[in-house]
Amino acid sequence: MTTEVLSNLAMVTAAVVYLLAVVAHAAEWASLRGVPVLTSEQTETYRTTLARSNYWGRLGVGLTMIAAASHVVGVVSRGIAAERAPWGNMYEFVTTLMLFIVLLYLILLRKAHLRWLGLLVNLLLTLGMGLAVTVLYVAVAPLVPALHSVWFIIHIVAASIAGAAFNVGGLATIVGLLKARSERRGTAQVGYLARLPSLERLDTIAYRAHAFGFPLWTFAVAAGAIWAEFAWGRFWGWDPKETWSLVTWVIYAGYLHARATAGWKGRRAAIIALIGLVSFWFNFIGVNLLLNGLHSYAGI
Amino acid sequence: MASTATQRAPALGAGEMLRWFWTQLTSMRTALILLFLLALAAIPGSIVPQRSSSPIRVNDFREAHPNLDRIYQPLGVYDVYTSPWFSAIYLLLFASLIGCILPRIRQHVRALRTPPPRVPARLDRLPEYAGAAAASTAPGLTAAHAFLKGRRFLVARSENGISAERGRWRETGNLLFHTSLIFVLVGVAWSNLYGYKGSAMVVEGQGFSNTLTQFDELRAGAFVDTNALEPFTVILDSFTVSFETGEVQRGAARQFDAEVTVVDGGQRRKELLQVNHPVRVVGRSVHLIAHGYAAQVTIRDGDGRVALSGPVIFLPQDGNFSSAGVIKAPDARPERLAFEGFFLPTAVVDDRGPRSVFPDAYNPELFLNAWTGPPKKETGLPENVYSLDTSGLEPVQLNGDLARFRPKVGEHYTLPDQMGSVTFDGWSRWAKLQTSSTPGLWLTVGSIAAAIVGLCLSLFIRPRRLWIRLVQDNDGARFEAGGLDRADASTGLAEDVRGLLAAAVGDPSPNSDIDRDHAAVRNQESEGEQ
Ligand code: HEM
Repeated sequence: MTTEVLSNLAMVTAAVVYLLAVVAHAAEWASLRGVPVLTSEQTETYRTTLARSNYWGRLGVGLTMIAAASHVVGVVSRGIAAERAPWGNMYEFVTTLMLFIVLLYLILLRKAHLRWLGLLVNLLLTLGMGLAVTVLYVAVAPLVPALHSVWFIIHIVAASIAGAAFNVGGLATIVGLLKARSERRGTAQVGYLARLPSLERLDTIAYRAHAFGFPLWTFAVAAGAIWAEFAWGRFWGWDPKETWSLVTWVIYAGYLHARATAGWKGRRAAIIALIGLVSFWFNFIGVNLLLNGLHSYAGI
Repeated sequence: MASTATQRAPALGAGEMLRWFWTQLTSMRTALILLFLLALAAIPGSIVPQRSSSPIRVNDFREAHPNLDRIYQPLGVYDVYTSPWFSAIYLLLFASLIGCILPRIRQHVRALRTPPPRVPARLDRLPEYAGAAAASTAPGLTAAHAFLKGRRFLVARSENGISAERGRWRETGNLLFHTSLIFVLVGVAWSNLYGYKGSAMVVEGQGFSNTLTQFDELRAGAFVDTNALEPFTVILDSFTVSFETGEVQRGAARQFDAEVTVVDGGQRRKELLQVNHPVRVVGRSVHLIAHGYAAQVTIRDGDGRVALSGPVIFLPQDGNFSSAGVIKAPDARPERLAFEGFFLPTAVVDDRGPRSVFPDAYNPELFLNAWTGPPKKETGLPENVYSLDTSGLEPVQLNGDLARFRPKVGEHYTLPDQMGSVTFDGWSRWAKLQTSSTPGLWLTVGSIAAAIVGLCLSLFIRPRRLWIRLVQDNDGARFEAGGLDRADASTGLAEDVRGLLAAAVGDPSPNSDIDRDHAAVRNQESEGEQ
């Protein structure tokens, strides 16, 4: 088996196992449907129900770890097969971004008990990896000359980690909005969402993820500009990719401001964060596929 | 801002009006809205072709969408980033920014000079509070002081209490960040006003000098004396390009190596110019930014003399370098001659017409038709060498049809009626070399670095205030401690307050009689773990 084949196999395995993790976490949520939050008078059946949900949740985490291990093998062996950093085309960008997302999630799982993010994270990972291995896949090939630059490597790593933080923050924001909706509907006392940390805590976690991502994104955009100065002799040329990076940056700056502005805190700020995420994804995929610019270099 | 509604009711004087406008402009809400407008306004430029980067596509677009063009043209949609509306948004944003940060800098400087605020009267109103009885053996405020110092708090002692603060640098960072943004813009403006970019297409074996007349395109800032650019010459000795020939990414560029000789003040040196590796000459950068093919042709006129001999640049039209060009022989006699058509590096002709199927020159062919007309008077007006003005010219016909011919390298074609001939001698590559001067770059880059540092300080420092006091009341002596976080998203406040109290009481786990909120938070967190 060549390293390239190994890589492909590992990526596909990761995609499939992420899907299994989605199923497990869906079962974790579903098994608490309509189950009220009790602090006293707990019956035996009530405890079994909680234990079952817990079991599914732990299974989900276990599956995510297996998938992540396979994912690491996939990305690393891709790099070995290509004899370069595995960041030369959309397939490689997406698989790398997904890897940073799962790693960030697993780190936060230990540090901040983020298991409630498991369903959405795995859903995203399944979609991303599924899209990568089916639509975006290209066989290993050398880089085009424009990508031969350390600034390019720095740029990609920073952008991917920032992107991972934005995605994790965005998913936490979605969970927060779901919980807020269930509280508005008066179903706050039953089900999985009722057992999540408070809205303030969810908001804080989402904020921290974004606050971690934002300086890195700033750096990534700046590193990209320095690279452009080397490659094309201009720092900034309003190429679609550059434009959308800036748009994304400005939207997230708006999010940080909104959190400090009376009347914009909470739900409105959350929605701005999600607009930021849409812009990030459009920049990541849409620009390459739909708009015409220098960054269309990579091919898909 | 709350008072503005009442202020507005009577007719406002010009001064008040201005002040009202200024208060509005520098409010956080305005900043937010302007940020959104900026994001929105930047989008059209990524969708509609822009003159600055692709003038040819702008022309194509205008021809293809005449109705849209009627709206786009007056709105400046082809020049979004220099349009009045886009400029207005970012200038307002930066005006707002300056108006916002100047007073904050003043306040912050003052705040940095004042000690932490006095112990508040009611500590139990703070978000975090704990109290405990003080035994006579308790280590007391001195130990509390040491505790706070150990955690790098700024400490101020009063008679029976201590105020402590940390994280003042957060605001410093925030101000550094916002101020740096202004300097990023100053750097950009500086580069635009005092910098220039000029490019020239240079065929292998030829060179270009860094002077106005030799550039195909020159964009210079208002304060650049374009007649006194730094004199140097770059000669393109050879230019090697290779493309992917394997199955994967077939045709993708793999290597661009331009060997150049730089002549600078009588000194000659050889350099290798590559994408990502510009050559520096007297503080200017020379970049390799595009490339293509030039056809070596010889045109003989009706009198049998050579009217033109040498490379003619063709401009690539697609990824496989199907290239369009014009060959003009204005000196041909008795009639002047011109040719229009394509250079196809790997030519095929199929139902989609003549085109190139690979970017490298495996089967180069020219596809031309010819024009002829009486000699034109020299007007001295500059002419676009890449397009043909056909006024005064007639297409050359053959058997009642347009004469078309497709010579391969080494072949020649003789025009009918002894008008002359064209020989395709060979091909060479050209490279588009760009000289650029960006004098404000260091300021822009430095400001961005400062902005990132400021941003990190501002986002990761968690300002906190802690207080402790010794109270004597009917039940005896007690310590009370309280704390406040000045930015949301903090953790560990409860731990700090309890630790502070514990230090004063001398008990590693004090029995705090009031400890609200904290237990609740704990419960929620463990609930999340399940
Ligand atoms: C070029 C436009 C601007 C950008 C890109 C920008 C960006 C940012 C960013 C990223 C933050 C988050 C850092 C932090 O939370 O400390 C921030 C915070 C802040 N900005 Fe701006 N800003 C801009 C203009 C303004 C203007 C015009 C104002 C005045 C109204 C302003 C006032 C503030 C304030 C008060 C904070 C602190 C918010 C907090 O405490 O969380 N900014 N800004």
